[in-house]
Formats: sequence, structure tokens, C-alpha cells
Amino acid sequence: MTEHAPILRIEDLSVEFGASRVIENLNFSVAPGKTLAIVGESGSGKSVTSLSVMRLAEMVGATYPSGKIIFDGPDGETDLLSLPQKKMRAIRGRDVAMIFQEPMTSLNPVFTIGDQIAETLILHEGMSKADALKEGERLLDMVRLPDAKQLLKRYPHQLSGGMRQRVMIAMALACRPKVLIADEPTTALDVTIQAQILNIIRDLQAELGMAVIFITHDMGVVAEVADDVVVMWKGKKVEEGPVKDLFANPKHPYTQTLLSAVPQLGSMNGEEFPKRFPVVIMDGETPRLVGSEEIQNTAHYDAEPLLKVNNLVTRFDIKKGIFGGVTHRVHAVENVSFDIYRGETLALVGESGSGKSTIGRTIQQLQKATSGDITFNGRTFASMGKGDQQRLRQEIQYIFQDPFASLDPRKKIGFSIAEPIHTHGLMDSSKQIKIRIDQLLERVGLTSAHADRYPHEFSGGQRQRICIARALASNPKLIIADEALSALDVSIQAQIINLLMELQEEHGLAYLFISHDMAVVEKMSHRVAVLYLGQIAELGSRQQVLETPTHPYTKRLLSAVPVADPTREHHRVMLDGEIPSPVRRVGNEPALLTYQEIAPGHLVADAV
Amino acid sequence: MAGFLIKRFLQAVFVIVAVTLVVSFAIRLTGDPALMLAQGAGSITEDDLARIREALGVNKPFFVQYADFFIGIFTLDFGRSFLGGTPVIDLIKSALPATLMLAFASMFVSIVVSIPLGIKAAVSRGKWADQFIRIISLVGLSFPNFWLAIMLVLLFSITFQLLPPSGMDGFASFLMPALTMGIILTATNVRLVRTSMLETMQSQYIMVARAKGLSETTVLYKHALRNCAIPLITYFGLQFGGLLGGIVVVERVFNWPGLGTLAFDAVGGRDYPVLQAVITVLSLLIVGVNLLVDIAYGLIDPRIRTE
Repeated sequence: MTEHAPILRIEDLSVEFGASRVIENLNFSVAPGKTLAIVGESGSGKSVTSLSVMRLAEMVGATYPSGKIIFDGPDGETDLLSLPQKKMRAIRGRDVAMIFQEPMTSLNPVFTIGDQIAETLILHEGMSKADALKEGERLLDMVRLPDAKQLLKRYPHQLSGGMRQRVMIAMALACRPKVLIADEPTTALDVTIQAQILNIIRDLQAELGMAVIFITHDMGVVAEVADDVVVMWKGKKVEEGPVKDLFANPKHPYTQTLLSAVPQLGSMNGEEFPKRFPVVIMDGETPRLVGSEEIQNTAHYDAEPLLKVNNLVTRFDIKKGIFGGVTHRVHAVENVSFDIYRGETLALVGESGSGKSTIGRTIQQLQKATSGDITFNGRTFASMGKGDQQRLRQEIQYIFQDPFASLDPRKKIGFSIAEPIHTHGLMDSSKQIKIRIDQLLERVGLTSAHADRYPHEFSGGQRQRICIARALASNPKLIIADEALSALDVSIQAQIINLLMELQEEHGLAYLFISHDMAVVEKMSHRVAVLYLGQIAELGSRQQVLETPTHPYTKRLLSAVPVADPTREHHRVMLDGEIPSPVRRVGNEPALLTYQEIAPGHLVADAV
Repeated sequence: MAGFLIKRFLQAVFVIVAVTLVVSFAIRLTGDPALMLAQGAGSITEDDLARIREALGVNKPFFVQYADFFIGIFTLDFGRSFLGGTPVIDLIKSALPATLMLAFASMFVSIVVSIPLGIKAAVSRGKWADQFIRIISLVGLSFPNFWLAIMLVLLFSITFQLLPPSGMDGFASFLMPALTMGIILTATNVRLVRTSMLETMQSQYIMVARAKGLSETTVLYKHALRNCAIPLITYFGLQFGGLLGGIVVVERVFNWPGLGTLAFDAVGGRDYPVLQAVITVLSLLIVGVNLLVDIAYGLIDPRIRTE
């Protein structure tokens, strides 16, 4: 194997913010044409590393007490850390470029796409505006954006997240950089879009021979893109090596924990029921195994369903004409029907705009249905009075994606957990309520002492535990978990999955589990409904949908999920195009899907 | 766009009706203009007063008087001043430019000064430049306008005898009133620009602009300023109303012959037609400026333009 000399070497780099050291004595290097993945959980220092290479970290207050960043550029080796910002500016964006995590906020909203791409070219290549725009058009073509010429005149808000991220890539690659830093470039995107972006980065890397530093928390993505991996934990590099070795034989306990927690799509093939798995957690410096393997056979299919959703339609009016007439509507949910049984987890999966959250919000009465009926415990919503509908909020609880935003920052968490008990008048004596809060906190893995603290004193995982305790407080029968695990690091996520499954077994809870993460869905659901543009494309048991996917969209979705196994062949289908918009002109109704039952309980929409 | 303009026009009409109605009603509670005119005329009988009232038209029911005034707006006929009988429109014509000059000059000065200072404070957040700018702006904010005006007169007219203490006579007389208004506005705006800029600088696209290798000046004045201008413009529009309120006081101190002085004298003399006319013009100005603000929004922010 012939090795190129590294183009970028980080030597003994330490970074401090004020008195706190966020990166300690970091060393790694990356060679042209190679991809180095830096993985780690939130707070591990991986993003600060990338900003330090760009010398942008000091603009947000960082200092470098030690280290060198050696870049082997056209003028020989330079230590980027020793350069004055003025010289660094000539390298930044030309030789070393960066793509950021949030495509929705990475582009300046008040300038056209053309202006923003041209800017880099005018600056570094000394092109005229007209030449820069022409080159911009070529770059947009290169990242496979259709209608590049028109696109140059558009503004960022007129583009979807995937398109914006491609514009970002075009911008970063404008001057053919030697090193591309991609900081979680696909985290905010849907899986099919993620697959497209990863393909584009890979192809362009081969074409331009760049070194890529790929920062991510997603081990699936690492397995797909990386040649070498650096694992960071608490600001230190704990392990590094070629991707296959690292996955096959992780040495550091943290790496082992990380890999054991990663849900792998396809790892449960052949299993009829969802399963709880033991999780390795880091107890200080040593890993510890918690939990045991249990089959989750909790669903009561013999009884009547707890919740029946029948031909649900939810639409929102947007865009009005001069005289207040509605001209466009969002067809968020169209003709959706499904049941949830006691003790069952039904997963609603789909990408942005598929209507999965709207369904959850409609069931929780946060949103009014346009038509259709919902039956809970044998009674339709329509037949209930105000009081009964209010009582329903006791029996159906909701857990949101962002645990911090869903807890009142000015209230102690004991108060927040007690609120459903007060609202529904479930207990009178404050002593009883206190005991109940303590029980709930202990049940979700916290202690009664935590009740007197405020949300900001907890970590993300703890906050989500608090939200679960609050949801349990009113003794619900159904919990709607809307992307409740998406914001959590994988090791925390694995623990919360187990907690939710234990609670299901203890209380016979039913879950409507709304998620875009197919691997998590595989671990914890009994049945799966795949949504596409507000309609169900496929519905069936977990095994039916995930092992014998039949609808083309389900296949497409599953093929796009990155699998955390670097030895697997990348036999991905080429994915193209955008997810269509659910916004339609009034009168232009979407065609309703019809279904075939290809196996008992396995419904597949006919192709239109 | 047509729908938008129609809507804004109807809003303007509503604002002017509401404001003038309240003011016309309120000033009539202060007492009888006939008594005011008769003061110092020696012995006056009840009959004389009645004759004066009839001549002024204030013996008619309130709503008839108001309707007369309102119809007059459309022909720019605001009647004659109770004091001296000059047509009100002539008074307005001579006072309006004086006030506008003062208002726009102080607004202009405050924007030109506060934007670079606010940006400087934002980028050197926590450093001495930021502290210094913030302290100065706090001092500026703490001055009441009338006090500041008097202090300026003491300093520049009495101690140094550089500037005329009052009246409108050339550029020199213009400096102190404009400075008084400008200092207070600038003090507020520096803080606004600083806060808005700090928020904008947190944005991801600023980091992206820096990652392109752009200089800090380009990042600040091209990428950040235009985004940070969106909330600022709203505030500048709202501020214009407050500015006109402040001008009444400042004009009075410097004896500046603008709308403020006109309004002040009209209130004192129960000069209904003049006061109503001044209030109408001021409302129109505020509505007009806010309409300009809305249009400026669209020019700055493409997201609003395409809606």
C-alpha cells in the first residue's frame, strides 16, 4: 500500500475557552484523497477541532496553549496556528474549506445563491463578477443541482435543506481546496437526501483528490465514508485506526461503548418481536453492562384496539389572495387509517413533510382534523364533550424532540412533573404528590433530590428522562413520542429506548413512535407505518415492513440508511431528486392511494 | 402590492380619525377659547362672549365642528387660527419644513453615528471599547432632553458665545437643537445596534462568511449589517413617533419655529384649528414613515419580498 504524505498534520493541539480546556494534546493527520472521520458525542471537542484548523475558533473566544497545525500547501509546510489572521484568510476558503451542519442557516438569507458563490471566486481567484457567476453555474451543475442558471438568482429561503447543503458544497469546493472539513454535513437532513450528499462528497473527493475531515456522531455514516477514524472523548483522542480495524476490534472502552450502543438496521432480521438489549455505559473511565436481553411481547392484539384512526385528513390553509381567499393548502395528512393496540409500539416513519408529526399532534388534539375520525378506548373524539376531550389529554401524553424546549426553564422540574397531576386533579394532598414525583423520578433513573433543580442543571439525556416522568405522571394509556430520541447521543439513546420498553412492559403502555431513524424503529416497534407525502405507503409488522419491504418508497428509504458496518458492500441504489412538497393549489387534490393486503396485516399502497 | 397599499391607506385613515377625534375632544375640555380671547379687553358681557363663540364656530355641537374639520382635510382647508386669524395652512406651511429639517437631521446623525459605534461595541464585546461605548450611551440616555438643551445653551451660547441660543437663523442656529435630539437618539440606537449585531454575529452564515476567507470588514458590513438592519428599521420607524414628541419640547427651548412650537402655543391659547391641523400633519408623517419602513423591509429582505 503506497501512502501519500499527509497534507494536514495536527500536532499536540490543545484548545482552551477561558479556563476550561476543551481539547487536550490532540494528534492526527490526513492524506490527500483520504477521508478521516472524527467521531464523538456532543461536547467531545470534535467541532472545536475543525474550527481550530480553520482558525475560526479564536473568533468565538478560543486560545491555543500548545500545538501546531501543519499544512503542506503550495508554498511548502506552514504552521497554520502561527499565521496572522491576514495570511490565514488567503488559505481559508481557498486551500482549506468547510461545510457546516445547519444548511438552513449556513447561507446568508439576504443575498442570492449566485452572489454567495461568486464572492469566494472573486476573492481568491480574482475573477470578474460575470466570470465568477459562470463558474458558479458550473459548480452548481457539479453538485447535481438542476437548473443551475436559474438557481443563481434565487435566495436561500426558496431552496430545500438538501439543495442548500449542495450549494454549500459547491461554495466550499469553488477554489478546489486541498482539505475539506465537513462538520456533521448531513445530520440535519433526511436519510435519502443524506445518501445523495454523501455520494456527491465522495465523487468530488475522487475527482479533486482532496483530503476530507468528516466530523460526525453517526457511526453509520462513518462506516460509509471513512478510511480512518479518530475517536474523541472529553476533548481527548482515545483511539484511532483504519475504519475496518476500529469497527472489528475497538480497543478503548469508550469506543466499545459507542459501538455497542449503535443501532444497526438489519441486526434484528428473523426476530418476531422487538427486543431490549443490554447497554454498555461509561461509569467514569470503566465500561459497565446494564440491563439484560428481553423479548418485548407486550402487545394485546386479542382485545379491541386502544386507538383507531380512520380516514384522517389534516390540511392547513396557507397563502391567501387579495380578498382573503385561500389559494394554497398544505396537505399534511391524507386519508390515513391505522390502529394501535394496548402495549403495542406503532412506529410512524417518513421524511420531512411526510405528515408524521401532524398525525401525532392531531391525536393529541393540538391540531384539528379536517375530516376523518379518531376513536380512543371505544369512543370517537367527535362524540365527546369538552370535558371528556380534556380528560383524554390525561390518557394520551406527548414527548417532544427537544427536551430542553419542552420544560419551563423557570420552574423546578418537580413542579413540571406535578403539573399533569394538578391539571387533571388526580391527587389532592401535596404529600401524596411529593411521593408520586419521587417514585416517578426514581423510575426514570433520577433521584428524588433532583425535583428541586431547574432544567438547565441537567444533561440532554436527563432532561428527556424528566419529560418521560412528566408524561407518566397522569397514568396515560398512550404516549406519543415525536422524535423523542433524535436529539440524544447514541449511548444515551440506547438507555432511553430500554427505559421506554421497560415502562411499556410494566404499565401496558401503547406508543405511537414517530421517527425518521429506521434503526431505532427496528429495535423498538411492533408494527411500522411508512408515510410518504401524508399518506401511508406501507403498513405491517416490523418484520413485514423491514425484512420484506414492498412499496418502492420503503425500499428507497431503507436503502438510504447508512449501516454501521464498514465491511458491507455499498450496493446503494442511486437516489435522485427531492421529496415533493405537500403544498398544493386549491382544487388540485392529491390522488388517494388504494391498498393491497399482500400478507395478513401487511398493507401496501398500489403504485399510482 | 395593490392590496397592500389599499390596506395601508385604510389604516392611515383610521389612525388619523382616531387621533384627531381624541385630541379635538380633549382640547375642548380645557376651557372656553372665547374667554381666552376676551382676556385683557376690559369689561366683557355674556353677550360679547356668545358673539365671539359664534364667530369662532365653537357654539356648534362637537360632532358638527369635527365633521367640518375633517372634510376640510381633503381640501387642505384647516380654517383660520383663533389667535390672529391667519389661515392655518399657511402656519403649517412655514412650520413643517423647520420641524422636518430638525427631525431628519437628528435621525440621520444618530444613524450615521450609532451604526459604526454599535458594531464596534458588538465586535469588541466585553473589552474596553465596548464598556466605554456602553457607558457613554448610558450617560446619553440619562439626559432629559430639556435639561440637555439648557446645558448646551449655557455652554455654547453663554460661556463660549459660539452659537445663538434660540431662533432659526442660518446653520449655526440649527446645530444645538439637532444635537440635543441627535445625542439622545444616538444613545438609544447604539445599544440597539449592538444587541442586534451581537445576535446576527451568532448566526451560522457569519461563520460561513469567515470560512470563505473574507475580511472582517466585509463580514461585518456586507454580511452582518444587512441582516441586522431588519429589526433596526422597525425600531427606527417606531422611534420616529417618539422623536416628534421630543421635538415639541426641544423646539420650545430653542424657540424653533416648527410644528412643536405651533402646537405648544395652540394648546396654551385654546387654538383648536391649529392644534387639530398640527396633530393631523404629525399623524400623517408617522404613518408615512412607517409605510416607508414596510417598503424598506421588502428591499432588504427577500423573504418578505416574495411573500
